[in-house]
Amino acid sequence: MSPSAIPFRLNGQPQRYDGAPLARLLDVLREHYGLTGTKEGCGEGECGACTVLLDGEPVCSCLVPMLQVADRHVETVEGLTADARGAALVEAFVEAGGVQCGACTPGIVVSARALLERNPRPNRGQIREAIGGNLCRCTGYERILAAVQQAAAQRCAERADAAQEDSSR
Amino acid sequence: MSVCFRPERLEEAIELLADPATGAIPIAGCTDLLVQWHSRRERPNAVLDLLGIEALRGIEERDGALEIGACTSFRTIGESERVLRHAPALAEIAGTIGAWQIQNRATIGGNIANASPAGDSLPVLLALGAELVLAGPAGERTVAYEAFHTGYRQTALEPGELIARVRIPLAGEHAFGAVHKVGTRCAQAISKVIVALGCDRPGGRLTGVRIGAGSVAPTPVRLRETEALLEGQIPDADLAERAGACAAGEVQPIDDVRSTARYRRWVLGRLVRRMVLDAAGRRVP
Repeated sequence: MSPSAIPFRLNGQPQRYDGAPLARLLDVLREHYGLTGTKEGCGEGECGACTVLLDGEPVCSCLVPMLQVADRHVETVEGLTADARGAALVEAFVEAGGVQCGACTPGIVVSARALLERNPRPNRGQIREAIGGNLCRCTGYERILAAVQQAAAQRCAERADAAQEDSSR
Repeated sequence: MSVCFRPERLEEAIELLADPATGAIPIAGCTDLLVQWHSRRERPNAVLDLLGIEALRGIEERDGALEIGACTSFRTIGESERVLRHAPALAEIAGTIGAWQIQNRATIGGNIANASPAGDSLPVLLALGAELVLAGPAGERTVAYEAFHTGYRQTALEPGELIARVRIPLAGEHAFGAVHKVGTRCAQAISKVIVALGCDRPGGRLTGVRIGAGSVAPTPVRLRETEALLEGQIPDADLAERAGACAAGEVQPIDDVRSTARYRRWVLGRLVRRMVLDAAGRRVP
């Protein structure tokens, strides 16, 4: 491992990357780390299919050179759907019919996750803003909006249940 | 493989940039540069990453102006209480640049240095009478933003100089500002036309009128004939019509992939008309 290797965290795990510093994060995720959930759509920051979280904020991984992930945390769709909250979000997309061809889905799930962490009860306008950077050519977005609303409602209901259990003890 | 410099101090960055042996290209959010590099299948031999330089980030009030570090992201600008209070049109436009993914990365200094005629923050900076503080080997110098774009994608930056920060005069009690952008959709749209108005309105009279427009000329431009027509006037429906016609007549837009000259001229006129009606406090019919 060269001393100039770039240290960063990937889905919680420390990593050192010693390839080209101006390689795109997108390519390194897919080809070096085998995380192919992150998709390439346009390759110019227009479609959002390659969305990942950088220190918790959504970015297009096609527009991030590896040197700028040094000492930062990259979270991909694989990491963000591995926990219960992420699994519930994915389930909501399936149930609401928010998935058709699937090319945009990982990016939209990442954007939706970032939204729900910041704002657990988003209204329709806030969901539209949060996924404004993600293009979907199949669904017409209605079922995607419904999926995010469903995931948010479910999360709030679970929190209310948990609070009720606590108080009835 | 490309050589990367990641200085923490501005002085260090300027030294590296002024040294012709390094030949480093300054980079920040990379939302324009990485698109260009990737489409040409090339990378520069050396880059100078500015994102680690603390002195280039942040939003402060200093000497009667709002000072925004060049590497401040549009997300930070759009959510800043200070920007909302003193330059609301800039906060508004920050929220329309790309979408969250772009706003989290793209910087105001990058938008300026990239010098696209369609750059969204640029007409707003013209309307607000902004200045740029440029840092170079000889120290800092301040230039009026309206003198910065010297031609299509040409700027007043000298070799070895960087944009350090943007200065925007604090909004006075009677300040009025507005910005309108027309693209194909709300998010992720490059402007077909963008126009911003800044002025004072003591007693309802328009003074210090500045109008900046984008995507209608090789650089962002001031609409000086329209400004002169509005200066000192009390806005009403008739003035709004005349200002719109004047604006449409004083620009020379082109046909390109995003729009046509004719559409741009028409829309620009209507947007200027609407802003003048807004300045008059009238409902837009």
